[in-house]
Amino acid sequence: MNHSQGFLKDIQISCLVVGWLLSNTASIILSFRVWGGQSMTDSAPSWFFYSAEMIHSLFLINHLGDIFLEKHWKSVISRSVCDYFFEAREKAVDPENVPPVLQTPHHYLISIYRGKLFFLSVIQTEVPPLFVIEFLHRVADTFQDYFGECSESVISDNLVIVYELLEEMLDNGFPLATESNVLKEMIRPPNILRSVVNTLTGGSNVGETLPQGQLSNIPWRRAGVKYANNEAYFDVTEEIDAIVDKSGTTVSAEIQGVIEACVKLSGMPDLTMSFMNPRLLDDVSFHPCVRFRRWESERVLSFIPPDGNFTLMTYHISSQNLVAIPVYVKQSINFFEAGSCGRLDITIGPKQTMGKTVEDLKVTIHMPKAVLNANLTATQGNYTYDCTTKMLVWDIGKLNPQKLPNLRGSLSMQTGVPNPEENPSLNIDLKIQQLAISGLKVSRLDMYGEKYKPFKGVKYVTKAGKFQVRT
Amino acid sequence: SSKNIINYNFYELVILFNSANDNKIFYLIWSSHDDLKEMLDSNKDSLKLEAMKRIVAMIARGKNASDLFPAVVKNVACKNIEVKKLVYVYLVRYAEEQQDLALLSISTFQRGLKDPNQLIRASALRVLSSIRVTIIVPIMMLAIKEAASDMSPYVRKTAAHAIPKLYSLDPEQKDQLIEVIEKLLADKTTLVAGSVVMAFEEVCPERIDLIHKNYRKLCNLLIDVEEWGQVVIINMLTRYARTQFLNPNINGGSGDKTFYGSDEDEDEDEEEKEKKPYVMDPDHRLLLRNTKPLLQSRNAAVVMAVAQLYFHLAPKAEVGVIAKALVRLLRSHSEVQYVVLQNVATMSIKRRGMFEPYLKSFYIRSTDPTQIKVLKLEVLTNLANETNISTILREFQTYIKSMDKDFVAATIQAIGRCATNISEVRDTCLNGLVQLLSNRDELVVAESVVVIKKLLQMQPEKHSDIIKHMAKLTDNIQVPMARASILWLIGEYCEHVPKIAPDVLRKMAKSFTNEEDIVKLQIINLAAKLYLTNSKQTKLLTQYVLNLAKYDQNYDIRDRARFIRQLIVPTEKSGALSKYAKKLFLALKPAPVLESPFKDRDHFQLGSLSHLLNAKAGGYQELPDWPEAAPDPSVRNVEVKESVRAVGTVTHRDTGALWGPQRMEGSESCSFPRAQSSEEEERKHQRKSKPRKSESESESDEDEESESESSQSESEDSESEAEVKKKKKVQTRVNYRGRPQEEGVFLQTIAPSSTLKSYELLHRITGEGLSVEYCFSRQPFSPDANMVAVQMQFTNNASSDTKNLHIEDVKLQSGMRVKEFPEIELLPAGETATAVMGIDFCDSTQAANFQLCTHTRKFFVSIQPPVGELMRPVFLTENEFKKEQGQLMGMNEITEKLTLDVKCRNEHTIVQRVTTAANLSRVPCGSDKECRFAGRTVTSGSLVLVTVATKEEGAAQLTVNCEKMVIGTMLVKDILQALTQ
Repeated sequence: MNHSQGFLKDIQISCLVVGWLLSNTASIILSFRVWGGQSMTDSAPSWFFYSAEMIHSLFLINHLGDIFLEKHWKSVISRSVCDYFFEAREKAVDPENVPPVLQTPHHYLISIYRGKLFFLSVIQTEVPPLFVIEFLHRVADTFQDYFGECSESVISDNLVIVYELLEEMLDNGFPLATESNVLKEMIRPPNILRSVVNTLTGGSNVGETLPQGQLSNIPWRRAGVKYANNEAYFDVTEEIDAIVDKSGTTVSAEIQGVIEACVKLSGMPDLTMSFMNPRLLDDVSFHPCVRFRRWESERVLSFIPPDGNFTLMTYHISSQNLVAIPVYVKQSINFFEAGSCGRLDITIGPKQTMGKTVEDLKVTIHMPKAVLNANLTATQGNYTYDCTTKMLVWDIGKLNPQKLPNLRGSLSMQTGVPNPEENPSLNIDLKIQQLAISGLKVSRLDMYGEKYKPFKGVKYVTKAGKFQVRT
Repeated sequence: SSKNIINYNFYELVILFNSANDNKIFYLIWSSHDDLKEMLDSNKDSLKLEAMKRIVAMIARGKNASDLFPAVVKNVACKNIEVKKLVYVYLVRYAEEQQDLALLSISTFQRGLKDPNQLIRASALRVLSSIRVTIIVPIMMLAIKEAASDMSPYVRKTAAHAIPKLYSLDPEQKDQLIEVIEKLLADKTTLVAGSVVMAFEEVCPERIDLIHKNYRKLCNLLIDVEEWGQVVIINMLTRYARTQFLNPNINGGSGDKTFYGSDEDEDEDEEEKEKKPYVMDPDHRLLLRNTKPLLQSRNAAVVMAVAQLYFHLAPKAEVGVIAKALVRLLRSHSEVQYVVLQNVATMSIKRRGMFEPYLKSFYIRSTDPTQIKVLKLEVLTNLANETNISTILREFQTYIKSMDKDFVAATIQAIGRCATNISEVRDTCLNGLVQLLSNRDELVVAESVVVIKKLLQMQPEKHSDIIKHMAKLTDNIQVPMARASILWLIGEYCEHVPKIAPDVLRKMAKSFTNEEDIVKLQIINLAAKLYLTNSKQTKLLTQYVLNLAKYDQNYDIRDRARFIRQLIVPTEKSGALSKYAKKLFLALKPAPVLESPFKDRDHFQLGSLSHLLNAKAGGYQELPDWPEAAPDPSVRNVEVKESVRAVGTVTHRDTGALWGPQRMEGSESCSFPRAQSSEEEERKHQRKSKPRKSESESESDEDEESESESSQSESEDSESEAEVKKKKKVQTRVNYRGRPQEEGVFLQTIAPSSTLKSYELLHRITGEGLSVEYCFSRQPFSPDANMVAVQMQFTNNASSDTKNLHIEDVKLQSGMRVKEFPEIELLPAGETATAVMGIDFCDSTQAANFQLCTHTRKFFVSIQPPVGELMRPVFLTENEFKKEQGQLMGMNEITEKLTLDVKCRNEHTIVQRVTTAANLSRVPCGSDKECRFAGRTVTSGSLVLVTVATKEEGAAQLTVNCEKMVIGTMLVKDILQALTQ
């Protein structure tokens, strides 16, 4: 007992603490020494041992290269480990070209680039790189979900919530709770009203109730959901990824589809969604809530939905299928040796639009370095040319089939520099409302398990994904 | 302590200085830690919380807050949850530095470990095990051991997480930890499975023997495990399979013949082996079959894990399925693309055919990041063959025009590789590359030169004009590597360009001193070769070059000059070697092989970090080679029940599907033997049923899950069990598992264990070959929670197919409803199919009558439920139970005295019999003389409470409390029968 009291005195613990200390604590401390068999001062630091865990530390780094958050799930790793990353970052010029996996003498660095931020994790041992990458994106998604965006300012403003989230998402470097519904039960997302109330009353972000979701077999849904208006909305969004060559032939075309859901239904609804033409969907991936066997046998989506927003499924219609291309582009871009100038002439017209209107049409061209300026006229919309980034953007808007938009004019080139050999490619952006270009249609949505009548809605939209026209 | 003060002040300054740079409010707040200490000492939670938030923000920014340790640690027992949580965060961060002080907090966690709330127990264990203080190792060990047998799966999961933490703190605990791992591996909940395999991988990946008994269970649970756990389990099982099964591709053609779940007896297996070269182990097949649906996961890591499993384990003919899923991942974030493409690059070398249909998905966009472009190029090159090369080359032509010069260089190399691999296009490629020599961009020209050099080496005699052309380039090209390549070419093939070569040497001699080192070395080479072939013209030039080199700054060059002079210029001293100089320098050199950098990378497990880096990372487990002969497959047999083997192939469980929301409150599940389990298999089971040892030790930690290997029921009624098997009945097991009795407070619940009875709906003879059995699966019927799920098994014993199996003409009492099963379109002869229908019996035992129709016949059938199936379990605490019971007295209570059957005098059997008779769950109870059960009727949700109080000599009293008197009366009858017979 003497021993332990001396130890307490050493560290000058206030009377309060001693009072708070139960007598049995003291005896436990005493017995530690016996068990441990070594004095505490010369015990080896834990990092001395080979430690195998998945994600050791996380650093958040902004575009200037400042580390503005660090979190360690085991012993602390010095920030200096990031220097290897900065070196690679420097070398890559473009942030997109930083290798996601780097090897340093003692660690491995795995990073992602999201919203102008680098999420850099430190790894010590073998781990599937995709495991870490997927997790880091999940962290970024969670921030997005909580704060509406994933940026340095918003993370710095919510540092404590962010830290609490990271604490719950990973235990000893292994993912623990990554479902947004479970996390929201434990840590409430900020909102203005509550943060005012919190500052006045000292209230907290942490949920009072203990999270039950984690314990259940449907961790994606929290219990006791109640809404006055029960509604379920589904957005079917398809993006066309295409490469069209100079002559207008399609080199490759694929469709990336996603069904995003916003489900606000009380209780434990069990939903079934069926399609008019499920045969289109031969390459799919699902939210864990979807019953896969049911899909395999009946081609319907049967699921108990998470509460709120989530991605129900994504699908891919590969280039082996015939994909409709909504617009055609007639273009000619020429550079002339003499007079150091160039000519540009682009016309866009509708191709396979299924009778719908093409909106938000936009053409982006990354010009060769030698192009100094552009002097063009657009029959519709506006164009801008940024001399530093060499980006020509032509914002057209709605496509009028009667009067096709045209952009033409001259390009002024740097003199004395040989003509660029390459022709820039055109990136097209567009949007078509009320159409899924693949022809996919939801035929019905049924709800079981609850008695009320929900309001249901499905919206379709087609967009250009990576839609590129080569010149 | 005066030293402390100085440090402290210094620290203040640092803080002031740092915070001045921050645009945030920290300047004011952090001017002094005394404020924070005061706030922490105050009585107001709001102040404490504010202080903790600031401290955590400091930690997040990487600032030192360790001096606040004493002030913070006092609040570890704070009532406010958020303060407490933040204190935990702080504690875990600084405990290592302040070990003595950290010990003060331990008692709080020890108390937490005993909390009745499972979440608090779990969180206490989580924090305790995260405190990296060596001295508490024994405490942690004890806590982990206890938690590993906790009744809550969530706490057990936390225990599994704690294992690697303790291991890294003190590796000497390994043996004890392995025991815990072994115990947890036997756990049957999906919640625990992923975490314990993770612990296994980190602590004892070499102990593959621990997996045997759990192999089939892990395969079957896999689809319901959370996604991160899936990755870990799949990777581990890949390694396991490589040690236990035979290479399915060992004899070439075997890939197209696969033996789906061939469940033959072992002797038959051997016979098979003599006849056929290879038979896939059913367990091998099980793994492949159960992982395949996960290719549809939204999680890229899971998809990759399955893909690598198929790549390493599947017969060639089946590997193709992964290509589509991997191609889908290419739409994901660029980091995901990067990793996936690396793996596709490796796979596409070995299994080119697999990705060929997706060629276009690897086409490159100008907007792709360079590192992605280069990887796609690699894949395209690997996929190139005689048929698609023209398409690929056309694609490459557009790439060469790209603005991204690094990418252009990579494209030129890719063209070179295509040209070496496919001789048909060699000349086309060469011509294309020669055209590039007039490109304006020097990098492009240089890269072309290097590639052309390699190509020319294959057939130099045909291409002396190209060599001439290149000789001219020396005037313009400045890139050292290209200059060196040209010089080497001219030297090597100087006989093809006898006039030009000496002239090139002349020019080079002039510029020698200004050249890069690699170029200088090649000039010396060129000089030497010319001297040997054409000494008349070049003797002086060579001398001159060698003299220049002799005084070069670089000693490599000096050495080279000295060496070459000795070799080529004959003097008295030079030995026999100079005679062979010409042979040495102008020997025929083999053409370089242009290989993919990804060749042979597949000796690393795909998807691993080591594969990506092409170097072994720390902790990497080698992928073992297939064994020559398969190890004994019987090690995976679980001794508990014969039916396990059939069950091992049951895969109809679904992602969370068969589980309703109430699963945690007493759930159930059922597994029919799957379709293929034919008569033959059944016979085998009977043959195999030798007496098994009753596993008393496993009783304590039985838990539910998809397996039907409930070990609890078997010891008692092996007779009735044989019955069960004969009729192909299916068991279900238990949910709630108790801890061994001696453990104190939480051990109350021993779970209901029940055996699903199956009933005949249509006999084989009446059904003209179609026989139908049904059982009450005791699962929530997901389309309608008020319905009882009835699982039907159709067997077509006839010799012709049965089509369009469906229900018609349902006749029901008023209020009753039926949800029919989806029509079974085809039931081939000899096959079995299952379907689930839902019936709302309105809490009555009235039969539901309907017609079962096939394409030719209609049969009248009816389903009448035993009263015990009209309820579903609910989980109540002891107090809730007593409270509810108090409200169901009088008319609602029925009591009967009984004498228990001799075989039924222990608690375990009573529980088992009651839960078999009625779908109820066990309620924890402090007394060991009483067993309590609770449930609610399916339609009206009325509570059903059952109490069995045992007395001396097998005397007992049964009490049923239920609002619905009819149900109560009937239930009493049924339970009485169950307990007395």
